[in-house]
Amino acid sequence: MATEKNTLRQRLSFTNDPWFSAVVPLIVLFAAMSIIKPDTFLTSSNIMNVLRQSSTYAIMAVGMSFAIITGGIDLSQGSVLAVVAIVVGIVIRDTESIFLAVAAGIAVGAAVGVLNGAVVAFLGVPAFIMTLGTMRAMRGVALLITNGTPIDIKMRAFRVVGVESLFGIPIPVYLFVAVALAAQFILSQTATGRYIFALGSNEEAAKISGVRISANRIKAYLISGVCVAIAAILYISRLGSAQPIAGESYELESVAAAVIGGTSIVGGEGSAIGSIIGAVVVALIRNGMVLLQISTYWQSIVIGMVIVVSVSIDILRKRIEASRVS
Amino acid sequence: MESGDVILRFENISKIFPGVRALSDITFDIRRGEVHVLLGENGAGKSTLIKILTGVYKADGGRIILDGREILPEDILQSRKMGIGTVFQENSLVPHLTVAENVFLSREIKNRFGTIDWRRTYIECQRWIGEMGIDIDPRAMVRDLSVAEQQIVEIVKILSQEPSIIILDEPTSALSDHEIDNLFSIVNKLKNEKGITFIYISHRMEEIKFIGDRASVLRDGHYIGLLPDLKTVKLDDIINMIVGRALDEKFPKRDVEIGGVILEIDDLTVAKTIYNVSFNVRAGEVLGLAGLVGSGRTSAAKAIIGMLPKKSGTVRIAGEIADIRSPSDAIKMGIAYLPEDRKREGLLLTKPVRENVTLPTLRKFKRFGALRKSLEAIAVNGFKEMLSIKTPSIERLAKFLSGGNQQKVVFSKWLCAQTRVYIFDEPTRGIDVGSKSEIYKIINNLARDGAAIIVISSELPEILGVCDRVVVMCEGRVAGEIGRREATQESIMKYAIGGVR
Repeated sequence: MATEKNTLRQRLSFTNDPWFSAVVPLIVLFAAMSIIKPDTFLTSSNIMNVLRQSSTYAIMAVGMSFAIITGGIDLSQGSVLAVVAIVVGIVIRDTESIFLAVAAGIAVGAAVGVLNGAVVAFLGVPAFIMTLGTMRAMRGVALLITNGTPIDIKMRAFRVVGVESLFGIPIPVYLFVAVALAAQFILSQTATGRYIFALGSNEEAAKISGVRISANRIKAYLISGVCVAIAAILYISRLGSAQPIAGESYELESVAAAVIGGTSIVGGEGSAIGSIIGAVVVALIRNGMVLLQISTYWQSIVIGMVIVVSVSIDILRKRIEASRVS
Repeated sequence: MESGDVILRFENISKIFPGVRALSDITFDIRRGEVHVLLGENGAGKSTLIKILTGVYKADGGRIILDGREILPEDILQSRKMGIGTVFQENSLVPHLTVAENVFLSREIKNRFGTIDWRRTYIECQRWIGEMGIDIDPRAMVRDLSVAEQQIVEIVKILSQEPSIIILDEPTSALSDHEIDNLFSIVNKLKNEKGITFIYISHRMEEIKFIGDRASVLRDGHYIGLLPDLKTVKLDDIINMIVGRALDEKFPKRDVEIGGVILEIDDLTVAKTIYNVSFNVRAGEVLGLAGLVGSGRTSAAKAIIGMLPKKSGTVRIAGEIADIRSPSDAIKMGIAYLPEDRKREGLLLTKPVRENVTLPTLRKFKRFGALRKSLEAIAVNGFKEMLSIKTPSIERLAKFLSGGNQQKVVFSKWLCAQTRVYIFDEPTRGIDVGSKSEIYKIINNLARDGAAIIVISSELPEILGVCDRVVVMCEGRVAGEIGRREATQESIMKYAIGGVR
């Protein structure tokens, strides 16, 4: 009897994983919208639209979860998205080479990530402050390069990824699933992933265990930067135009998605899969409010509250767990 | 209320922590206007008793009687209102406020508009400073003061609340000789002129004879006895009372051929903590690093593994100079360090046992860049069996294990690393007797396999029971080295308190 119980519990053990908490709002939101607005919500074009919209956030949120797992945060994501999109747009315009444009975009994202990580790791500047600084600075860079005017992309071939579908599913969806799987592989199957969790869980113990704290912290921000670059390439491919104010406040949606997906804001816990689910939840909330014709002003208020509520739930969960132990 | 009557009485005070009886049946009196010294080893129960008196802990039994009335302080603030002031070891001042602001923090002197009356604040503060016969500017920033001056400000702060009893917890540990003299004249002045009673905790034997009137000795949570006149008692007798217990833990025997020198530390200095520390450890040898808390044992270990920056000194492994700048270097060169605080430095509490054990050695479990969890599981289950770690599964989070089993997990981390040198910092702290002897067996097995081992411990019986040789540290320096045959609790204690120079 006991063994049977054990195996059943083991088989259901994923329900204890933090990311599972995101599945509940996902199902609730989906069910609620299906009942309230069956004719507009439950259409394949709307569902595909939600997925397409969530793709940018989802990829950013995957990167954000790396930063948050180390106990930090990456607030520069939104501005870096704009800079990368603009760089990609300019390279396409001037060289017509998709390869060069993508390479340049990823290089920019990676470079800002390394800068964020290095200052946080070596100088001990709090991640919140450092990335807040790069957030402002990168917005300035975006405005400076473009002189305030948007960059348009006329090249058809570049827009295929953002616009087209494959087997009835938008190509961005394949892309964000691929990013999520790659990130999840790093987090749960490689030493780097283990080290990133370790330093977020207990930096002192990780250091004494021989984990190279600075190098791994920089890697986390590097991954966040690269994710933002991929999200930016997708973004400009989808919209065909890069505004210098693109991606404004996207970092907050990204934080919301990561936290809803079970990434602990104090570090040491989280998953790429959870962040993806979290991003879809945020997209569903937005989509639902649009369908219910709630004003965009209210949408901001709701998203803000969602962030606070999901962090509160995470903290309460920890407190209950702690009281159970002692 | 003349001096000499009983001001404070502890009556049958008991305190039980999970698995440990911290205090049993403590009964004694403190007289009005005396300096009463509390003596005992680390863990004897002095701090627990003080914490009960100041309301940090609740006693599980017994009564505290202050001025003939039973008191039950709920917290420090309440005990302060009852007239018990405490000067803590770590200072509790706010560095970027002035002396006067600190002294009256949360009791600000206000004028009739409800804002702070700065003029009276400074005058009042100056008055209290004057009472102590010292000279500190009430307008000075606390961060600009020396450690000794800060300590005096702490006393001013306590004094201004007009307590009848002041508790001084190791007040001289950070002071120079001259500053200590100063502090003592303040204590004497307050005792003689204001009739204030002091409870004084210190490990320094010379100074307690100088400043103390009577002393109570605690050992393993029991009241051992009263020293009615500290001025006439012999130092050796005090030490005997403090340490004089029989070896009550079982130390398994070890018979190992001791080989050549593996680890050699030469002239190691860390800024402001340890000075010119040199010692060596041989293959198959267990070296004890003894000394009081704060004597620099842990700092020496952390400097060796690169957690603390070395100011000077060399580390040699098997004769070759090892340039160790971080724990990751240390592990590569074959030195493992088991930290004294397993929750803060030893474990990832929110991660499974498996991930904790393999953290220092993840490289071993990689194939084509990916971790092989099946290999990890085989290795970790092996340690679970070998050390009999009690956990239903190696996937259980470390925080759900008991202290002894957590410590075995930390041991497994380093056994898995198979290094040549092991530094164990308080390896049995907070662990039940059964797990203790298992841990001693692990240490013996490592020695048998030819590892060089350092055991840092504050428990003298443990040092005597497991070590082949003992290096005693005092105030950041090596005070002496004692071979196994000559080592006794008394001889170690003498070096540790600076009795032999």
